[in-house]
Amino acid sequence: MRSTTRNFVDNAARGLADDKLQAALGRLSQGFPVKRLETISRLPEFEQLRDDAIAIKRHTLENLDSYLERYEENAKVSGAHVHWARDGDDAREIILGICRDAGAKTVTKGKSMVSEEIGINEFLADNGVEPIETDLGEYIIQLRDEPPSHIIAPAIHLSGAQVADTFKESHDELDADRDLSEPRTLLEEARAILRKKFLAADVGITGANMLIAETGTSVIVTNEGNGDLTQTLPKTHIVIASIEKVVPTLEDAATILRILARSATGQDITVYTTYSTGPKRADDLDGPENYHVVILDNGRSSLLGGEFEDMLRCIKCAACLNHCPVYKAIGGHAYGWVYSGPMGAVLAPALLGLGETHHLPSASSLCGRCQDVCPMRIPLPRLLRQWRRRWFETGGEDTKTRLGLAAWAFLAKRPALYRPLMAIGTSVLKLCGGGGRRFPILPRPEGGSFVDQWKRGKR
Amino acid sequence: MGAMNTALKNPIDVGLFATCLVDLMRPSVGFAAARLLERAGCTLHVPEAQTCCGQPAYNSGDNTDARNLAVNVIAAFEGFDYVVAPSGSCAAMIRHHYPALFEGDATMTARCQSLSNKTHELLSFLTDIMGVTEFEAEFEATATYHDSCSGLREMGIREQPRALMAAVKGLELRESGEAQSCCGFGGLFSVKYPEVSGRIVDAKSDAIEATGAETLLGGDLGCLMNMSGRLRARGSAIKTRHLAEVLAGTAPETPAIGEEGDKD
Repeated sequence: MRSTTRNFVDNAARGLADDKLQAALGRLSQGFPVKRLETISRLPEFEQLRDDAIAIKRHTLENLDSYLERYEENAKVSGAHVHWARDGDDAREIILGICRDAGAKTVTKGKSMVSEEIGINEFLADNGVEPIETDLGEYIIQLRDEPPSHIIAPAIHLSGAQVADTFKESHDELDADRDLSEPRTLLEEARAILRKKFLAADVGITGANMLIAETGTSVIVTNEGNGDLTQTLPKTHIVIASIEKVVPTLEDAATILRILARSATGQDITVYTTYSTGPKRADDLDGPENYHVVILDNGRSSLLGGEFEDMLRCIKCAACLNHCPVYKAIGGHAYGWVYSGPMGAVLAPALLGLGETHHLPSASSLCGRCQDVCPMRIPLPRLLRQWRRRWFETGGEDTKTRLGLAAWAFLAKRPALYRPLMAIGTSVLKLCGGGGRRFPILPRPEGGSFVDQWKRGKR
Repeated sequence: MGAMNTALKNPIDVGLFATCLVDLMRPSVGFAAARLLERAGCTLHVPEAQTCCGQPAYNSGDNTDARNLAVNVIAAFEGFDYVVAPSGSCAAMIRHHYPALFEGDATMTARCQSLSNKTHELLSFLTDIMGVTEFEAEFEATATYHDSCSGLREMGIREQPRALMAAVKGLELRESGEAQSCCGFGGLFSVKYPEVSGRIVDAKSDAIEATGAETLLGGDLGCLMNMSGRLRARGSAIKTRHLAEVLAGTAPETPAIGEEGDKD
């Protein structure tokens, strides 16, 4: 997917001016965060589970090479084909190759942010393979030709009425006067249409919430059941997963599952949790005949052992988006790429470079709520500051900010100069009556400096 | 004030770090803080060499300038038993972020650590260290409190200001469901992304107004100036003050933040 992150300021302005988006963001605030609090308040060991999950991830990242190899070995034993993709180009070619080998005309897809990251839909379509998203949110935004605005609720920016309009426009074979005012009717219409697609698809592509090393299993968590149909009905199933998704054992996966849905949607557990290990065996009733796993790096391994390694603990729950004042003000599209909110603001610079993404780490008040709610306690404010530091140190920061900071720091380091100059500054500001409409944050100063007045004996 | 912590040494030398915003914009918060600390039994010092803790540089990724300013603060304050600032974010800067600035420099790290350990935000210092539980203060108003982000999440300040407010006669607290939500200030963030910051403070203002409180109180002047500016721009009559003013009893003689009135 092509990034528009460079245009963050304009993107954000569009988000702020979009009344329908603002209404949707208001609903988001009242949804996931409230449910999250309810579910974790019912689980006394939630904090302990967080600590356990962090320990699992830390250990795995320290030994990532050996766990990935163990995963590969065990997946192969069950009959899987494992492919390693250095970057998006690699992954796209591998996936297209598998589709061609399968003679695929259509491909169904479960929701996968990594597949968005590598822009697989556009690539497959350009190469004569039709991709069909089957997660309801993903299906809606595919019809609208929009990127996801949220990593677990990709169509969260839309109202039911907007979806109804999209369906009427896209499903033009149906009665134009049908009533789509109820969410239920939208769901049923999508389900009826997708059912045929599921049955006709030659290949199914899913992501993975985890890869389990000891068994060579991939795990997806979903609420609609579309992921299961995507991966069991077609003859070929392709899993695409990034390298940090591996965990050592089934037990470890269970620990992470206990915090994942609670942090994400506020469910105790998702409606479906599906484990898949290799293709259909001789006595299995269902399942794909061919099972491929594409393991994607795309820059992540360069974070190992460095100051951004903590980001690789992320389990893509979106708690940081749901609690972020900036995300809730501008929505996900403003971030200009697949990943949004605080996790996106840390991950996007790692994957796309700071030149493209430098606004994202800067556009944060560093309020710290993301770190509080992150089940993996990723120190997101610290990581954002680290990107700011890199941007500043490489001379990226804009000249106005740079000069302003330099002048202010020059003075602040020299109290004997700072005091008289600031006294003049505050007197002028006082005469002006404060910052006025342009800088409402600056009130009219009371006048005089505390330190100077204290020195003169005022109490 | 009553129920002092008697286990402390006497006298207790406290360096008051006024913070640049209080020093330049609202000295009355500094005088209120001084009054509170002296009433609690501290011997107060106000080093003239103090300017700013360095947050604007640090949060912009300019660690070199942040380090230089940190050196100033360390030199000016390391001699006291405690360093107290009427701001959770400046106190958190010294306490939690200074040590990271001097990684690899053992001497500075040690000086930094020693300063960090004795640096406190004013309100939590009064309750947690000085054991203050009672006040003479009176403030006839309904008020809502804003938990500033750094104070809340980096310094663990939540119950302390509420305990202090409960001891003020006439003060009726009306909690906002969004008390812990960011006001959108974030220092240079509000300068670089004013529209985004503005939307956040608008949402915050909605929540503040919904409480029906007459006064907005908090412990950080940056956040308070941000919210007061927006509330006033919206035509709200809510008055904004630092809690120290209420506790020290200086509120009646001091116009609220952004209010006209010349006390010179």
